[in-house]
Amino acid sequence: MTSFLTANCALLLANAVNLAPVDYSILLIYVVFVLGIGFALKRYMKTSADFLTSGRSIPAWVTGLAFLSANLGALELVGMTASGAKYGIATCHFYWVGAIPAMIFLAVFMMPFYYGSKARSVPEYLKLRFDERTRCLNSISFAVMTMFASGISMNALAKLLHQLLGWNYDVSLWICSAIVLAYVLKGGLTSAIYTEVLQFFMIVLGFAPIVYLGLQDVGGWEHLKGLLGTVAQNPGALELNTHNFKPDAWTSAWKPLLGGAEGNPMSVDLFAMLFGLGFVLSFGYWCTNFLVVQRAMAAKNMSAARRTPLIAAVPKMIFPILVILPGMIAAGLALTAKDGYRLPPKPLAAAEYAKALPAVKKATGMDAQAAFDSISAATGMKMSSEKVAALVKDAATLDEEAVKAQLQEAVVENDYDGVILSLVKKYCPPGLLGLALTGLLASFMSGMAGNVTAFNTVWTYDLYQAYIAKNKSDEHYAWMGRAITVVGILLSIACAYLVSRWSNAMDIIQLVFGFVNAPLFATFLLGMFWKRTTSHGAFFGLLGGIGTSALFHSLSTSSGNALGIKGGYLWDWTGKTLADVPERLSFGSDMAQNFWLASFAFIACFVITLGVSLATARTKTDEELTGLVYSLTPKIVDHEDSWFLRPSVIGILLLVGCVILNIIFW
Amino acid sequence: MGLDLRKPIGYFFLLLGVILVGQGLLTYSNTAMYVRSLGININLIWGAVLIVFGLAMLVPALLCKGGDDGK
Repeated sequence: MTSFLTANCALLLANAVNLAPVDYSILLIYVVFVLGIGFALKRYMKTSADFLTSGRSIPAWVTGLAFLSANLGALELVGMTASGAKYGIATCHFYWVGAIPAMIFLAVFMMPFYYGSKARSVPEYLKLRFDERTRCLNSISFAVMTMFASGISMNALAKLLHQLLGWNYDVSLWICSAIVLAYVLKGGLTSAIYTEVLQFFMIVLGFAPIVYLGLQDVGGWEHLKGLLGTVAQNPGALELNTHNFKPDAWTSAWKPLLGGAEGNPMSVDLFAMLFGLGFVLSFGYWCTNFLVVQRAMAAKNMSAARRTPLIAAVPKMIFPILVILPGMIAAGLALTAKDGYRLPPKPLAAAEYAKALPAVKKATGMDAQAAFDSISAATGMKMSSEKVAALVKDAATLDEEAVKAQLQEAVVENDYDGVILSLVKKYCPPGLLGLALTGLLASFMSGMAGNVTAFNTVWTYDLYQAYIAKNKSDEHYAWMGRAITVVGILLSIACAYLVSRWSNAMDIIQLVFGFVNAPLFATFLLGMFWKRTTSHGAFFGLLGGIGTSALFHSLSTSSGNALGIKGGYLWDWTGKTLADVPERLSFGSDMAQNFWLASFAFIACFVITLGVSLATARTKTDEELTGLVYSLTPKIVDHEDSWFLRPSVIGILLLVGCVILNIIFW
Repeated sequence: MGLDLRKPIGYFFLLLGVILVGQGLLTYSNTAMYVRSLGININLIWGAVLIVFGLAMLVPALLCKGGDDGK
C-alpha cells in the first residue's frame, strides 16, 4: 500500500522558508544525537548477529515503536496528508482496515513461526519451509526493492532541502547519506531501530502542535465537518475532483463507500476495499515484508516479539489524527480561503518556466483568450484565467522573478504532496519550525537506515552466505555485513540519482514490485497453515501470481490515464485505443485498479499453489516442518504472562477498539 | 543491548524543550512573530511539554540502576 504513496515523492515547493539560528540548532542537535547513539552502540557490535539482527536483545516497546516507524516514513506522512485533503476521512481505511487487523494477525499467528524458527530473515523462512528457489526469488526482489525505496526517500529529502532551504541537491544527498552510513556502520540494526524510535517521537511531538493550531484556526471539528460537507458537494471548486458527492463524502468513512465506486472520491467499491486492501495488500505488507518483520525479530524473546506489532498497533490506530486530519483541515481552510490560504499549486519546473516566460512576453497585445491559451499550453497545466490576465497586463513592469512567482500562483492544479509543508509554514514560528522540519528530515533519514539494514541482512545471510561463500567464519560475515552497508548506501545514492533524472524509472519500479508483492501473502498463508503445501506449489504459485498481476495490469486502465505505463498497454500494442477497453476493466482511480490487481494476483497464487501442491509429492517430512507450520508446532502456552498481557487478549481488545473507531466515524 | 534508549531520548527532548522555552521567553513580547500561531506563544508552551516528556523518559531510566535495558 505504500507503493501508491511513494509514487508521489516530488516534494516541491514554490517558495522557500528561512530558518532561524534556533531552527538550525535543533537540526544540529538531532544529528549529534543520532551519531552519538551509533557510537555508543559500537562496543556491543561483536558478531554478525549483533550487527545484522541486533542479537535478538531489544525490549518490546522499542521494537514496537520501530516497527511502526519503519513504515511511517516521511513519504507516508506526506502521502497520507495529501490523501486526507483529496479523499477525506476514507483515507483512514489505510489504518483501520489496511493495517490493524494484519498487525494483530502477525502478532498472534505468524510471529511464532518467524521468531520460533531459526530463520534470521523472511526469505530464510521461505527456504526452511520450501526450498532455495522461492527464497532466491524473494530475497533478490526484496534486495532490489529496498535499494530503490531508500533511493526514492533520499531523492525526496535532497529535493526538499534544495527547494525549502536552497541547499545544493548533491551536497544534501551525500551529506545526509554519510550521516546515515556513519550511525548504521557503528551500531548496525540496533542503531537503525533506536533512531527510528527517536524519529517516532520527533514526528509526534513535532506535528501535534500544528494539528492543534490548524484545528483551532478552522473552528473546531464540528465546524470542519460543515466546511467539508460543502467541499464534497462541489469539490471542483478546489480542483479536488471532477464529480460532485453527497455532503458526507469527506467526513464519513463507510457510508460513501456503500454507495459504490461512484459515491466516493477514491472511486473504490466495497469489495476492493475489504478484500483488496484489507486482506491481500495489508496482510501482504505487514506480515511478509522483512523491513517491518525484522524489527519484531530483533526483540529479546518470543513474547516481546509477539507484542511488537501489538504495541505498534496502538499508536497506529490514532495516527490518522496526526497525518490525515491535517489534510482535511487544509481542504477546509482552502474553502474559506482564510488569510489567503490555498492548497499549494503544482510547482512549475525550470523547463516549464523556460517555455512560459517567452509566452508571457509575447502575450502582451494579444487578445485575452489567445494569451491565456498560449501561456497554459506553455506550462502544460490548468491555469486561472483571471490570474493569467492580470499577469499579462503587468508583465512589462515586472522583473523575471516576479513573473515566475505570478505564473506559479496562477496554476490551479493542486500539489497534494505540498499540503503538509504548507501547514508547517503557515503555523510554525521559528523554534517550532525547527522541530517540525527536523522531524521530517529525521524520518527521511531513518527511512534510508531502515532499508539499508534490511538490505544488508538479506544480502549477507540470504544471498552471500547461501550462494556465494558458504561455511565462512562469523568474522567474515560480520565484515561482509559492514562492507555491504557501504555498498547499500552507494546503491541508494545511485537510485536517488536515477529517479531524479528519469522520473519514469520510479513508475516502472513500483509497477514491477506491485506485481511481485501482490501474491506473496497467499504463499505464506498456505505455507504456514497447510502442511501439504509443497515447494513446487509455492514456487509456481508465486510465478503464476506475478504473471497474473502483470496480465491484469496490461489489460486494465484507470480513469485519466492514457494506455501505457499506468496500465492497458496490451491494448495499445494490439492497435486498440482507450475506447476499446471494456468498461469492467477501466477503473475510476489507480487505487481501485491496484486493489483489484492485488485481489486477482492473490487468488491466482492461492489456486495454483493449491493445485500444484496436490499434484506433487511432499519433499519435507513432518519433523522438518516442525516450528514452521501451524499444525505441526506445539502451541505456545502464555502461562508466564498475566492473562491481560497475552497476545490473543491484547489482539482482541485492539480489534474491538478498531471496530469502535469505525463505528464512530461511520 | 546495553544502552537504555530512554536516556538519549530523555536528554534529547529535555534539551530541545529548554531551547524552545528559551526561544519562547526571548521572544515573549514579539507578538508579530506569534500571529501565525494564532497569538499563542507556542514555543513556550510546547517547550514545556517537551521538558515534561523528556523527564518522563529520563527519570525512570536514571532511577532503575540494576535494570540496564529499560524493560
